[in-house]
Amino acid sequence: MSLDQEAVKRIATLARLKLNEDRIGPMQQDLNRILQFIDQLNEVDTSQVEALAGVNMSFMPFRKDVVNEGGDVEKILANAPEVACNMFVVPKVVE
Amino acid sequence: MNELIRLTLVKVKEGLRQKKFSSVELTKAYLASMERHKCMNTYILETPELALERAKESDQRLAKGEERPLEGLPLAIKDNFCTTGIQTTAGTHILKGFKPPYESTVTQKLKEGGAVFLGKANMDDAAMGSTTTTSYYGSTINPWKRADGKDLTPGGSSGGSAAAVAGGLAVAAIGSDTGGSIRQPAAFSGIVGVKPTYGRCSRWGIVAFASSLDQAGPLTRDLRDAALMLEVMAGHDPKDSTSALLEVPSFEKALIQGVKGLRVGIPKEYRIEGMDEETLKIWEKGAEWLKEAGAEIVEISLPHTKYSLATYYVLAPAEASSNLARYDGVRYGLRIPGKTLDELYENTRSEGFGAEVQRRILIGTYVLSAGYYDAYYLKAQKVRRLITQDFEVAFQKVDVILTPTTPTAAFALDEKPTDPVVMYLNDVLTVPANLAGLPGISIPAGLSKEGLPLGFQLIGPAFDENVLFRAGRVLEEAAAFKSFLER
Repeated sequence: MSLDQEAVKRIATLARLKLNEDRIGPMQQDLNRILQFIDQLNEVDTSQVEALAGVNMSFMPFRKDVVNEGGDVEKILANAPEVACNMFVVPKVVE
Repeated sequence: MNELIRLTLVKVKEGLRQKKFSSVELTKAYLASMERHKCMNTYILETPELALERAKESDQRLAKGEERPLEGLPLAIKDNFCTTGIQTTAGTHILKGFKPPYESTVTQKLKEGGAVFLGKANMDDAAMGSTTTTSYYGSTINPWKRADGKDLTPGGSSGGSAAAVAGGLAVAAIGSDTGGSIRQPAAFSGIVGVKPTYGRCSRWGIVAFASSLDQAGPLTRDLRDAALMLEVMAGHDPKDSTSALLEVPSFEKALIQGVKGLRVGIPKEYRIEGMDEETLKIWEKGAEWLKEAGAEIVEISLPHTKYSLATYYVLAPAEASSNLARYDGVRYGLRIPGKTLDELYENTRSEGFGAEVQRRILIGTYVLSAGYYDAYYLKAQKVRRLITQDFEVAFQKVDVILTPTTPTAAFALDEKPTDPVVMYLNDVLTVPANLAGLPGISIPAGLSKEGLPLGFQLIGPAFDENVLFRAGRVLEEAAAFKSFLER
């Protein structure tokens, strides 16, 4: 399968990456090269195989549903590029 | 060169206990070496004041005879381990200035073990790479040199950690390994690197790349050092539900158990095209050494090996695209303003991620997108099961598997392939252990024709790192490899 430039732009939008016009061509080439490499997986018959998401997990442990940490507003905001009134500031999202 | 920085961690430990030198003296020797070798670009951030403060505390404990397992030992920490209040960037621009409000479990354990942190070691951008050239903070240079004198890559992504240990800028280091990022740089730098079983060490507080593959481990000057480090780093952590609820065995004890009666598998599929003649020869020699020490050599087959890389380059980017979605310019790190929120996201992410990371995010986004999920992501997960089953079958016949760590020795920084797929071939021998969640180790094997280190890789069954230490020690003794600092 190979990607055209429109597809590359669409994926970039999904990934919230901005690709300037001059980068679309080379990126398209790189991605198609990688996809072509990945296509060899089609040689493998997996019709009887169950997908494997993770390894060495015999069971999923549960913890008690209790509050163990919290109230760290200052710590959480300390790395934010812009803060006001204990909140993260972003550009206006509603008109 | 100060003699102190040539010693192994275990030797340093003895010296400290016998009061031959203090942790402050030792730490100062390392800080001076770091200063002298700034051009190697091993560290993204050096923390000399903190290191000396910690060393002083260690000396007080040593004086009182209250030393902990790693008391006063100066380490390098890969920059993707969160360290409270100390800048953690994972080599990526998007985490610019990020000072974590919490400590990773592994670094917490090292601190509680008495270790002194010299600084945060350089690494590939978000751990994506095998060269440490994709780091936003510039390339790290391998202390080893070829006859032509060109600057070589230390490998990656834990290249800063490997170069620090090999070049005398830390007595030992920690790294993380998603597809070979501990073992490959260890091989390129002539040191030991351990990728433990998936679940052996907690991933809490490690900047996530591919969560089903990432694992922390030590990079050290010899196997005994690695055993000691891993004993401190390993163990269950309630904060990481994938960390195993198992006792941590004594890896040090395994070192003296030998290989008598051990069955060592040689997978025929690892004889790949493009592998150097000398790599093949050294591999054969390794098998001979193990045989002479009483092991039985068995040819085995891991039939799906050839699909490992393709599987990895679907699954790792898929997980990465999801993990890296959190970098949005809102809560921490870099922000490039935009008129709308989407524009802010796009501006920040395009500026903050390097070319390789962007490629992988795009591939990952594509293979997870509607209409392609089954064809790529699910398909790769199925092949992952087949790769894992290959190992299960093999470990019914053998106890441990011996391979080379990399097809070739370190290459020059300006010889880095421009084709991403050719670059990915570097990981061809290390990726399968990550996909199957198995422990792997790289041990110095000898020198290439060009006088550069080559590594043996041992792969063991899940949670049996001990077998790696047993067989590894025999290889280490037989190879009698002289490290960069011993030459």
